[in-house]
Amino acid sequence: MSLKDKLSELRQRGLADIKQSTDLKDVNQVRVQLLGKKGPITEVLRGMRDLDAAERPKVGAFANEIRDDLTAALTQRKAELEQAVLNAQLAKETLDVTLPGTPVAKGEPHVIQQIVDQIEDLFLGMGYQVLSGPEVEEDKYNFEMMNLPKNHPARDMQDTFYITKDILMRTQTSPMQARTLEKHDFSKGPLKMISPGVVYRRDTDDPTHSHQFHQVEGLVIDKHITMADLKGTLQVLAHELFGDKFDVRLRPSYFPFTEPSVEADITCFNCGGKGCKVCKNTGWIEVLGAGMVHPNVLKMAGVDPDVYGGFAFGVGPDRFAMLKYGVDDIRNFYLNDVRFLTQFTKKG
Amino acid sequence: MKISYNWIKEYLDLDVKPVDLAEKIERTSVEVDDVIKPSDGLKKIVVGHVLSVEAHPDSDHLHICQVDVGEAEPLQIVCGAPNIAEGQNVIVALPGSRIANNVKIKKSKMRGVPSAGMICALQEIGFSEDVVPKAYVEGIYVLPEDATPGDAVYDYLGMNDSLIDLDVTPNRGDMLSLYGTLHDLAAIYDKPIDLDHPAVKEDGAAIDDQLAVHVDETLSSQYRMRLVKNLKLGPSPMWLQIRLWNAGMRPINNVVDITNYIMLKYGQPLHAFDYDKFAGEDVYVRTAKAGEKLTTLDENDHDLDENDIVIADQKGPIALAGIMGGLDASIHDGTTTVAIESAVFEHDHIRKAAQRHNLHTDASQRFERGVNQAGVQEALDAAAQLMNELADGEVQKGSVVGSSNIPEPAVITITLPHVNAILGTELTMDQVAHILESLGFKVVISAETLTVTVPVRRNDIHIPADLLEEIARIYGYDQLPATLPTGRMTMGSLTTKQRLVRATRKSLEGLGLNQAISYALTTADKAKMFMMQASETTELAWPMTVDHAVLRMNLITGLLDDIAYNSARKVKDVALYEQGRVFYREDGQDRPAEEEHIAGAITGTLLPAAWNQPAQPVDFFQMKGIVAAYLKDMAVNGDVTYVPNADMPEMHPGRTADILVHGHRIGFLGEVHPSIAKKFKVGATYVFELNLQAIVDMPKQENQYDVISRYPAITRDIAMLVDNDITNEQIVALIERRGGAFLQSVKLFDVYDGVKVPKGKKSLAYTLTYQDKHETLVDDAVTQAFDKVSKHLEEDLGAEIR
Ligand SMILES: [Zn+2]
Repeated sequence: MSLKDKLSELRQRGLADIKQSTDLKDVNQVRVQLLGKKGPITEVLRGMRDLDAAERPKVGAFANEIRDDLTAALTQRKAELEQAVLNAQLAKETLDVTLPGTPVAKGEPHVIQQIVDQIEDLFLGMGYQVLSGPEVEEDKYNFEMMNLPKNHPARDMQDTFYITKDILMRTQTSPMQARTLEKHDFSKGPLKMISPGVVYRRDTDDPTHSHQFHQVEGLVIDKHITMADLKGTLQVLAHELFGDKFDVRLRPSYFPFTEPSVEADITCFNCGGKGCKVCKNTGWIEVLGAGMVHPNVLKMAGVDPDVYGGFAFGVGPDRFAMLKYGVDDIRNFYLNDVRFLTQFTKKG
Repeated sequence: MKISYNWIKEYLDLDVKPVDLAEKIERTSVEVDDVIKPSDGLKKIVVGHVLSVEAHPDSDHLHICQVDVGEAEPLQIVCGAPNIAEGQNVIVALPGSRIANNVKIKKSKMRGVPSAGMICALQEIGFSEDVVPKAYVEGIYVLPEDATPGDAVYDYLGMNDSLIDLDVTPNRGDMLSLYGTLHDLAAIYDKPIDLDHPAVKEDGAAIDDQLAVHVDETLSSQYRMRLVKNLKLGPSPMWLQIRLWNAGMRPINNVVDITNYIMLKYGQPLHAFDYDKFAGEDVYVRTAKAGEKLTTLDENDHDLDENDIVIADQKGPIALAGIMGGLDASIHDGTTTVAIESAVFEHDHIRKAAQRHNLHTDASQRFERGVNQAGVQEALDAAAQLMNELADGEVQKGSVVGSSNIPEPAVITITLPHVNAILGTELTMDQVAHILESLGFKVVISAETLTVTVPVRRNDIHIPADLLEEIARIYGYDQLPATLPTGRMTMGSLTTKQRLVRATRKSLEGLGLNQAISYALTTADKAKMFMMQASETTELAWPMTVDHAVLRMNLITGLLDDIAYNSARKVKDVALYEQGRVFYREDGQDRPAEEEHIAGAITGTLLPAAWNQPAQPVDFFQMKGIVAAYLKDMAVNGDVTYVPNADMPEMHPGRTADILVHGHRIGFLGEVHPSIAKKFKVGATYVFELNLQAIVDMPKQENQYDVISRYPAITRDIAMLVDNDITNEQIVALIERRGGAFLQSVKLFDVYDGVKVPKGKKSLAYTLTYQDKHETLVDDAVTQAFDKVSKHLEEDLGAEIR
């Protein structure tokens, strides 16, 4: 057999061995066998010295070619087997991705807080300040400066927790408006404020009444504020809180601290305005009170009602939350059942 | 007040459905609670004529009646009413009919006798018991003699009318009457109204010779009486009874009914006295005297207050003025001479007296809000006229007038530019003037100015702003444009405090706590627990319940209440925080100071057990970790230290730490004392409470960039045995003080006080990390620093390095 034939046969046998190797150890063994110092190729090359000088480079080149082929085949086989090992390992590592994720500790803001924050952000964007006053108020700020002198019949409308004759739990957040009006320097610009906070009424707690609830009152005083501005502002508020589909309508009402006074209804959540049980078939739901600030309120705060005027409104975040989410019992907001608190998780 | 649609239509030519009228009223003047048509839901209820009545053979109270219902054959109906009698016209619910509350009537047998339908009481066809005439409360109702058998009963009883239930705001006393409502509707629909005015036929003698009234004008600005003699007391005609029961009032007799009817029509409460019961011929309007008593018409006894206005004769009070008459001088069978009172009483007195005696009547409601002071005499005349027409009474000549102060109408000037400037409209002078005139106001225009004279009946209108409301509502709020305020720009931004409070909430939510909002009013006991400073309690003068009677001085008890609520509902893992105010009061002050606090409470586990991790019950160090992370978020400037506090009665004495920032106590954390937890019915609970205002006020560290060293860090571990009373804080402080310039951090990685450690000792192990910012540290330098620390630990703290 010529050397060349021998090499050809070597290649054939080597490739077959490589192909048959089943793990990395095998591959290594085959490599040592074929290409090692004691391997057949080395041996063949060693036998080259017996060849003609003319033959030698040809056979040498052929031998190198065979060695390269075998090396390439070994490398490829090794890669294949490594891949197989990896695949097997990955297969073994496969998870049931439908198993639940590991719990993380995560708290939620209170649903009423979310609504208050939303209202605050809206009005901050429109250049309002956010001011919160004391919860224990003087009768003077809570009532008298709101144009509700002692013995005013409308005081019966809101039963009050008194601490002494003159000190009470605020029944509304508007006393902060009186406090701010008293101090505001109109030469520095208009007064635009909202006052969010907790208020208290002498009510027995039941599904629709709570002795403690929240209010956000707004006040804008400047030289040229109109009732149309009030309407537009309330529209923006409704759209922001509930969505563009919600419309606002105004109805006459009575509050001692505003004149004209209005109540604002928005499109019924339940039926979208078609009329249903929730809205007593009117398609509308009453959500807030508002009006143009009564001249007496301005006068009492030392603001000239012939020069300045504006509007005020008051909204109840508890009521908003009840309407928006269909909460059927106001007490849920203050009993803090974790299963209730963690229902309102949508952010942004 | 329920106002009748049919009655309105007698005066106003309207072509609108009742619901649309109600909607219009709601949009333009006052809220409407409901629109009720009494016949709605009823079916096949007809007039029946009782042909015969026989006793039921098997019953001592049932009767077998043959009733003509306008069909060929009479119906046999078994009836149990005691007042059933032959010849009556009655209300028959035919077989297949529907009566009140959606009840269906079928043919049936009663004690073996077939009964085709039912003879009804008014209550059974939807009348409220308190409007049913007394004679028919216990039995069936008897219809007028001229009723035609077979006719539906609804028209006979006024049940096809629609009743609009107005929720009148306190300022609109004028709307508590038909006439007041008509004035508003005239403007709303821009149509004329044709009101009738009384014409009294007088007879007999001059009233002055028979009656004198003596009035304190501060109590009653108008007091007028008429005298009607030879009255024939009896039931009112049907039309009048219908007006009353549709308005929610019980027909009583013609005299009393007339006073109520006039009140509904004019808004003026009247009272009818039995003149013959007066002691003498003098009537006094005065305040009650100490010790005086009065039994009112409803047969309740009242001890009168010296601020009550009473009508009195020579002997004493005969009526609680403006609220309710007395029983003694009331109209009763046998009354023939009636003194009718039409008056105005001071509203504040009436309001307080109604509250004092818990007697809120149709009259008091109207006096509280103010009646039409220009119509007092007219209402009196109208009543007298009706007593003449309906009860054959002889109206004595003239009225007796004790006081007659009618206020001047308000005259208000307003300019057109002002109207448009405030409303944001572009109304013309004609439009504005027309609206005001349609309300019955007199308007004089001069250039851009309107001078408006407001009728006395509108006692809610005094200033230009009041006119603006009238113009706006009649013009229609829907027609107002919607704009946003323009003018000088203002900045809208949160204050530092508001930002920090928001950051506080976000931080704690990120750390796993849910925001709770608890009640600020609590029990006296709870208010005083977990106190961070000495304070008096602040108590409500008239609490509704003891549970909400005192202002809280801590937030934790609210959170414990919340946890108890959860735990009672089998929710065992609860992690809450609350941000809110506590109320500290100094002795001698009425008003408490309000301090913003933040508190947290965790019971059970913060992380629930899952398929891949066991539950880890909350402990002191988890809560401490939360507080520390929160304070880090707040970036308070200065060291935060934790000092054991064994003295808070509500806290576990060995598991409570005061929290100090730069040496100032800002709060505490730890485990709630087991006996307190038991009292609240909660399990082991860890809590913290911090003075949030103090955190707001503290100086803060600004964020700053610190170069991260590119050179490798070297760590050394050190383990030591120390006495049990040596704290981690002491060791760390010493290591930091003696650690040398390259010591970057000290981290505790093991604490052991088990069996392998001598008694009274514990083993602690720390990793010390060394690093130089500017070059690679040499091992020798670290060894030197480390040895120095070890030596100090041994010498200063008696540590045994292992
Ligand atoms: Zn609806």
